[in-house]
Amino acid sequence: MDQEKHTSAQDVGRVLELATEAGHILLENGAEIYRVEETMKRISTALGVEHDDFFVLSNGIFTTGGDPEHRNRGVFAKVKYIPVKGSQLNRVIAVNQLSREISEGKYTLDEIEAKLDEIRNLEGYPAWAQIIASGFGSGGFCYLLGGTLLDSLMAFLTGLLLWVYMLRFGRRLSKLVRNLLGGALVTLICIVFYSFHAGDNLDYMIIGTIMPLVPGVSFTNGVRDIAGGDYLSGAVRLLDAMLIFLSIAIGVGTVISLYGRMGGVAL
Amino acid sequence: MIGKTIGAILGTVAFALLFGVPKKYLPYCGLIGGAGWLAYELLVEAGLSPVEATVVAVILVAFSSRYCAVFCECPVTVFLISGIFPLVPGAGIYRTAYYLVRNEKYLALQSGYRAVCTVVAIVLGIVIVHELPNRFFGIVKSRKK
Repeated sequence: MDQEKHTSAQDVGRVLELATEAGHILLENGAEIYRVEETMKRISTALGVEHDDFFVLSNGIFTTGGDPEHRNRGVFAKVKYIPVKGSQLNRVIAVNQLSREISEGKYTLDEIEAKLDEIRNLEGYPAWAQIIASGFGSGGFCYLLGGTLLDSLMAFLTGLLLWVYMLRFGRRLSKLVRNLLGGALVTLICIVFYSFHAGDNLDYMIIGTIMPLVPGVSFTNGVRDIAGGDYLSGAVRLLDAMLIFLSIAIGVGTVISLYGRMGGVAL
Repeated sequence: MIGKTIGAILGTVAFALLFGVPKKYLPYCGLIGGAGWLAYELLVEAGLSPVEATVVAVILVAFSSRYCAVFCECPVTVFLISGIFPLVPGAGIYRTAYYLVRNEKYLALQSGYRAVCTVVAIVLGIVIVHELPNRFFGIVKSRKK
């Protein structure tokens, strides 16, 4: 590997900048803490930086670098705040792949930068595919948990509407409000279907359709972070998952309670 | 039971898609999710409590996720996140909320407690498999290199 190329202060800075960028994409899109740290380390080591340190939290990355014995070569320090966003696992996979290729020495710095830009703009599935997936997910889980075929069909339809709402309004709302309103919307639609006798078990219809809101990524990553010893980040992610669970429950509960007060049939 | 397993496979694939898992990994996600649910159903039928069955099913899911991760050279979370979905206590959340607003505190407490136990079971399963050494799964990898 061409080590000399990267010993100048400018290049050390650039490499660490790229490593931080890779870490940013990973963290934002739902990777575990140790994976982010490992990948950043792998990238900077492969590109010839020897003195580097990374500290990653659930929503921030701290990067420092620079040879302590050769201060004149400059030091690098960067703190990056990374808000938690929705996860696109295809980006995590792409960065993971890229970091392997970097350690095989395949790319120059410019190429890596271009590749990272490409990954950042990597889109998920088109809206229609997501909407249909939400429908099938809701229907599938409704059936799985004990609903009848009719219930599942209604859960399927509600799941479609839920994701239309998520795509249309989801980005503008905060996470808690989005899930609260999502839970309320699902319950409302299911009650409407149910009161027209479309559906046999209201509970299974609602349970199936709240599944697309369930924070699987935060929950799983939180558990894995804690298992890996990253208690702080793990706790934050589990808290995130718990608050989302709670806001879904509040949304569902509010609508059921309002419906009951308005003199609806016993559910 | 076959119908429910198909429901689990379908649901798992759908959620993997929502999380942005690339197409070529979707079949693995579906198989893992389906296998996890089938194991759960069979174990409950064999007389295990739901919590015990969840632990075993999650271990199966996490184990096969790690194996797939090594095989496909991609992060384990890709398979794990969607794979545990059928075992997540979505029903528990709903019932707790439902009984709470109906002011049936005892029933709410009971279903809330059950949901928490299931979550702990999932955590336990993931942690157990997390602790297994890498060489357990390394055979495929070393052959590839």
